[in-house]
Amino acid sequence: MRRLGTVVGALYLALVYLFIFLPVVTLMLFSFQDGRVPVPPFRGPSLQWYEALFANARMMAALRNSVVVGMVSAAIATLLGFLAAYGVARYRPAAARAVRGFLVVPIAVSYLVISLGLSIGANELAVGRSLALVVIGHVVINLPLAFLVVLSQMGEHQERLEKAARDLGASEIKVLALITVPTLLPGLLAAFALSFTLSWDEFVIALFLTRFDVTLPVEIWSSLRTGLDPETNAVGTLVFVLSIGLLALTYLIVARLSRRRV
Amino acid sequence: MSAEERSTARGWAYSGPALAWTLVFFVAPMGLVLVYSLYTRVGGALDRTITFANYERALNTPVFRTALVNSIEVTLITVVVSVLVAYPVAYLLAYRVPPQLGRVLLVLAVLPFWTSYVVRSYSWLLVLARSGVVNRTLLELGLISSPITIANTRAATVIGFVHFFTMLMTLTIYASLVQIPESYRKAARDLGASGWRTLLHVTIPLSLPGVVVGAFLTFVLAIGDYVTPQILGGASELLLPQAIVLQVQRSADFPMAAALSMVLLGVIALAYLLSARRFSLTTR
Repeated sequence: MRRLGTVVGALYLALVYLFIFLPVVTLMLFSFQDGRVPVPPFRGPSLQWYEALFANARMMAALRNSVVVGMVSAAIATLLGFLAAYGVARYRPAAARAVRGFLVVPIAVSYLVISLGLSIGANELAVGRSLALVVIGHVVINLPLAFLVVLSQMGEHQERLEKAARDLGASEIKVLALITVPTLLPGLLAAFALSFTLSWDEFVIALFLTRFDVTLPVEIWSSLRTGLDPETNAVGTLVFVLSIGLLALTYLIVARLSRRRV
Repeated sequence: MSAEERSTARGWAYSGPALAWTLVFFVAPMGLVLVYSLYTRVGGALDRTITFANYERALNTPVFRTALVNSIEVTLITVVVSVLVAYPVAYLLAYRVPPQLGRVLLVLAVLPFWTSYVVRSYSWLLVLARSGVVNRTLLELGLISSPITIANTRAATVIGFVHFFTMLMTLTIYASLVQIPESYRKAARDLGASGWRTLLHVTIPLSLPGVVVGAFLTFVLAIGDYVTPQILGGASELLLPQAIVLQVQRSADFPMAAALSMVLLGVIALAYLLSARRFSLTTR
């Protein structure tokens, strides 16, 4: 009976993992397809679609745009999120709870509605659509997360260190730069990496707020119009590998930094 | 100024930039959406007379009403199926698999989470297309004689959603399962409860917070998503986010899009109230 349960459980897990990995494995496999259609039977492996991808000027420009938008918006979101978390955790303004509640509201609103609002705002002010608007939108969606990540890392241990530094005569700026930021570094890095990955993957806001210079997801979206295409498999595989690589790297750095501090 | 007042002022100063950003680039645009939903678009121009005409259209025109109903149906099906798929996974990983292996399997379970959002739906198209992996396999096995249509149907949208949200729910349910002290389940056993009774009367009720959090997140993210239904469902039926984008892209009717967005937010608010109530009931 117990054996039977184990077997059924293992089978169930195998099935669900097949379901979870089927699309991504299919995507990756057929990016190496030697032929024009990324469907079975598999022929290859061939690197021709990666060659085509790297020779695709529009795709490469979109990739660069995505990296820039991701970096800038993640930097702003992390900086603002850090300052806000520091203000709420250390100085406890009378309305700290309200501040915290207010800052996380954007999480509950669909990206689609946020992008519609920013679109209407840009129209009202007669501002042309551009990557700068996408940066603004991405800060809006990432700020709550960056704020929460940094806030969760603010412990009493750091507060005591800051107090000690202040008692020894360090100025506010010095406390921030020499105590707070270094002790919070793992949290700040995590917030930055999370914001970057979400920004670089975000689609709807980028679709609504760009026109000629677009980000990678928007460019991939336009390429879908031509149907199933191994080059799309190649770019998808590349994005996946880059995202996983970035997260793994961040995880290793954060784990290392926090171990050293304990 | 007292020390406490100075401290409060500093707190505001540090939080100021984030508050300002949220106010200017989130609250103000949301205010615009609200105001625009009360305007109309007449003959290609914006009419700034305040009226509820768009809301009337949203609820009375068959296209929009169907889109709303479709969205709610697809989202509810997604939530239910995702819970049913994810719960056993989380349960097995939390209790039946050795802890070390469980953690590895958990990381594996959420790995495809990090494929690009647009690409994830495209990958399902590869799998579900008439010449895709599923049809090919079924043909080879002799289970079907001609390819079946899965892509461009509601089923494809639901599959795409369930795939994504199973990963999310496995995480939230796992997190609440591992927090249940083992002694509770042991106590139930010692008092003579069978495995099933322990599951039904101890484990599942205590893990409900994780289920509710996951279900709420799934609901909010699925009902507001444009990409998955557009790529996988295609033209088979219209969901609310697709209707919103159509209003913007095809007819440049921002007021109508704004009204539909407010309806969308209304549905999300309703879901929040319902799950918040359920949540406080279960944690008490």
